[in-house]
Amino acid sequence: MKKMISRRNFLKAAGAVSAAGVLAACGSSSNSTAASTGSSTAGSTTASASGGKVYYLNFKPEQDEAWQNLAAAYTESTGVPVTVVTAAANQYETTLMSEMEKSEAPTLFQVNGPVGLANWKDYCYDLSGSALYGELTSDSFALKDGDAVPAIAYVIETYGIIYNKELLTAAGYAQEDINSFATLKAAADDIQARKDELGIQGAFTSAGMDSSSDWRFKTHLANLPIYYEYKADGISSTPAIKGTYLDNYKQIFDLYITDSTCDPTVLASKTGNDAVSEFVNKQAVFYQNGTWAYTDIKDLGDDNLGMLPIYIGVDGEENQGLCTGSENYWCVNNNSSEEDIQATLDFIYWCVSSEEGTAAMADDMGFVIPFKKAKAPTNPLNAIADEYVAEGKTPVDWCFSTMPSEEWKNMLGSALTAYAAGTGTWDDVVSAFVDNWATEYQLANG
Amino acid sequence: MQKTISKYWPVFVLPTLLAFIIGFIWPFIWGVYLSFQRFTTVSKTTFVGLDNYIRVFQDETFTHAFWFTAAFTVVSTILINVFAFAIALVLTRGIRGTNLFRTVYFMPNLIGGILLGYIWQILLNGVLANLGKPLLALDEHYGFIGLVILMCWQQIGYMMIIYIAGLQSVPNDLIEAAKIDGATSREILFKIKVPLVMPSITICTFLTLTNSFKLFDQNVALTGGEPSNLSEMLALNIYSTFYGRSGAQWKGIGQAKAVVFFLIVVVISLVQLRFTRSKEVQS
Repeated sequence: MKKMISRRNFLKAAGAVSAAGVLAACGSSSNSTAASTGSSTAGSTTASASGGKVYYLNFKPEQDEAWQNLAAAYTESTGVPVTVVTAAANQYETTLMSEMEKSEAPTLFQVNGPVGLANWKDYCYDLSGSALYGELTSDSFALKDGDAVPAIAYVIETYGIIYNKELLTAAGYAQEDINSFATLKAAADDIQARKDELGIQGAFTSAGMDSSSDWRFKTHLANLPIYYEYKADGISSTPAIKGTYLDNYKQIFDLYITDSTCDPTVLASKTGNDAVSEFVNKQAVFYQNGTWAYTDIKDLGDDNLGMLPIYIGVDGEENQGLCTGSENYWCVNNNSSEEDIQATLDFIYWCVSSEEGTAAMADDMGFVIPFKKAKAPTNPLNAIADEYVAEGKTPVDWCFSTMPSEEWKNMLGSALTAYAAGTGTWDDVVSAFVDNWATEYQLANG
Repeated sequence: MQKTISKYWPVFVLPTLLAFIIGFIWPFIWGVYLSFQRFTTVSKTTFVGLDNYIRVFQDETFTHAFWFTAAFTVVSTILINVFAFAIALVLTRGIRGTNLFRTVYFMPNLIGGILLGYIWQILLNGVLANLGKPLLALDEHYGFIGLVILMCWQQIGYMMIIYIAGLQSVPNDLIEAAKIDGATSREILFKIKVPLVMPSITICTFLTLTNSFKLFDQNVALTGGEPSNLSEMLALNIYSTFYGRSGAQWKGIGQAKAVVFFLIVVVISLVQLRFTRSKEVQS
């Protein structure tokens, strides 16, 4: 009898397909898609005397258009070709990895802090002698490797508890009433108890533990106990965290998940968009996030937005301000040619010092940049952050950039999710925080 | 005629061969080479010997992922093939609406894995929340069951089509002869139909086995490895080692894992092929 399917040939084909699949899984230099490519070659025919060119691999998709415009403007005035490519969201590392292989590799790229720098420090040009470094308002915005300066922060961001002024006033509270964890909890508990009367669903937006939102807790909220521990111990990073302030971490997380719009057991599937929509639709008063979230929530009206520091119940926290720092650091590729490096240094210096550059960064991109000639941005959340500093409140540093690895954050996120849902205990969170820190630190640096 | 073919063979073979070398052989050699290196970009590498392989076997998440994947493969291969064969039997009986049912059962296979993963995540989380059980991201057992349900739903239709083709090729005279000899329908199934569709069974088990073992999309979308990497399968484990970890040493380890993974898949599929093939008969 004749077989219906020629088995042997079929299997061969299937074998090849499956083997190719395996290889795709090992794909080391597989192509990653860049969200958009734009090149301003207007002046490339009349390239400047030095002959250098700039290739910037941009991290922030929201600002892609603004960067393209700024690059075109620079090319027009100087004749130096500037290419800006923006990596698709969450694809920066993979895009960078494959772009760096090319002969026309990015001359300017970015890392997210000391841990990200560990990956790329062999590729970073020492910026210590650069004009850009001289423009920095504070040395703390540069990443250092011994005496060398491999990376410099170019945007400063701030986060805290964003609140809806109208709803808070309706509930009978004002920003001045809340200056510690105790007062925050009292207000939140009261609002939660009267939620039907106030026409809301909860004091805090859902603390979603989906990956689109869990970084607000496993990274940003976790920053506070780390900050206070570093401060108490007088250190700026550590191979083994002690977890001195984990009880405070528990307090604030408990508050988030109890005085909330939803039951803690469903948090595992709540997303970042859920929290945004609850906040924008006036179903909740408090929403932990930062200045970058402004575009999502601006429909509430600028006057209606306020920001509170994240109080966790530490002594002296009345003077605590918002959390301000950066996880966007510029690095110049040291494998590029001399001319390209020089062109890149000139370009970034121009961006942060010229009138046109600073205006574009402030108005079009909405960035607060840590450079002397910076122009104040229009984002009202940044203005609020400035007010806290003007009042003499101490900003909280972004210590989360010293967290040992992404894996550490993920494990902490899992433990928090399980704790919120009741399938895990707080001890698991403590172990994910303390024990896993040492383990991951060893793995990353061992 | 024979001469012309032997003269022009390169025209037919070379393009494919070239594609095979570029798309398969060359990356494979690079992959193996890189598994002995420490690197961030593949143009700057340092030789580290067997270090990466040693780290692979010290990595508990990898061994856990292996056993999780193995368990998943066994369960889903059996379930998918049993159900697909059963449905194929029903749909070759000539009942009304057979074609409609075949189309409907086949359709899930046309939807991409990531999409299915997210859809089923919403569905299953809805069910679990109503039952008051922990959600998928909180309990790896539910994650496991969810993955099995998802894969069955997606793959049964495809395997069913292959089984239908196999069953239709069983000659009617054999079945009639068996009936005249007084064979029960059970005997006809196990003594005549199953041995004769063995080639289909070989193909289907091969496909389900390797698909399950290499499962990635559905795993990412449905559970994402949660909680704490406990529902992470091998392919996802390799991916997160390579891309999720920062530090130059992890790239090489991820690469070494991929090579180990490749060997496992090859060995398992060869053993399976040999086994099912030995059961094949000619009518």
